[in-house]
Amino acid sequence: MADAVLFEFLHTEMVAELWAHDPDPGPGGQNMNLSVLESMGFRVGQALGERLAREMLAFREELDVLKFLCKDLWLAAFQKQMDSLRTNHQGTYVLQDNSFPLLLPMAAGLQYLEEVPKFLAFTCGLLRGALCTLGIESMVTASVAALPGCKFQVVIENS
Amino acid sequence: MSRPAHQRPAYHKINKDLFVLTYGALVAQLCKDYEKDEDVNQYLDKMGYGIGTRLVEDFLARSCVGRCHSYSEITDIIAQVAFKMYLGITPSVTCNNSSRNEFSLILDKNPLVEFVEELPAGRSSLCYCNLLCGIIRGALEMVHLAADVTFLQDRLKGDSVTEIGITFLKKREEKKYRRKK
Repeated sequence: MADAVLFEFLHTEMVAELWAHDPDPGPGGQNMNLSVLESMGFRVGQALGERLAREMLAFREELDVLKFLCKDLWLAAFQKQMDSLRTNHQGTYVLQDNSFPLLLPMAAGLQYLEEVPKFLAFTCGLLRGALCTLGIESMVTASVAALPGCKFQVVIENS
Repeated sequence: MSRPAHQRPAYHKINKDLFVLTYGALVAQLCKDYEKDEDVNQYLDKMGYGIGTRLVEDFLARSCVGRCHSYSEITDIIAQVAFKMYLGITPSVTCNNSSRNEFSLILDKNPLVEFVEELPAGRSSLCYCNLLCGIIRGALEMVHLAADVTFLQDRLKGDSVTEIGITFLKKREEKKYRRKK
């Protein structure tokens, strides 16, 4: 019965600590820390994908998997559904959350825009890991126009 | 779209799983970064401290506990209210000394280790759940109570129970409020 807040606190602390390792890493260092967070998210996403999808029937198509992530995974992890899902039907999906819980504690608006990638890396990995468990290789990136809304871009990698 | 009723419990569990799995990934990452178990333990304690200093506000807001008048009351609240609220378990409390400032929380179940079968090879001194000690220590400090919090026993290390020891360090001072004229 762990409160959602425990995960949010842990996530915030992880972001802060992984950064504190090297307070002024420079561009190369920054990418390394982001990728550590992303790979942690990936591991968790893989495990979550397994647990969540156990009762689900086989997905008929790729879009169903994405819808599943937007509804069920998001609901389970963040107590809300993704606000919108768009696709070009050619392997690129944009998932939009207008009020992403991990960004909510930061002031709404543009003030902390530079810090934002650190707070989204784990979740990008989470999505990529869940997709991987469901049989889809992908690349996931995130962008923010104005807090606390953000967009996750999922690009399916064709084997 | 209506959600089938049987799916509701799954969401709740997944949410708890998210925390537990993330914690596991964190410990795994720290084991990669640090060779010595003591360093990992210390790091977990430090992170827990940071979390605890903020978690206590969340706890006080949700629980509306009244003023406590003894260390024993505080420890009871940690076990029966805080642990229950955040981890869904209620450790039992024992007092370990006659001056009533040393207590133990005995954890029968520990959700944090749900997916852990055993400690990794070569990591026999790892206090896997050391985050909890830091959280308790940080939370207590925010309410002006200094305490040492450590694992006294750990099931993952082969002990029969998991036991967290809390030693309150200073006598609580009675505040005297003086009104300025």
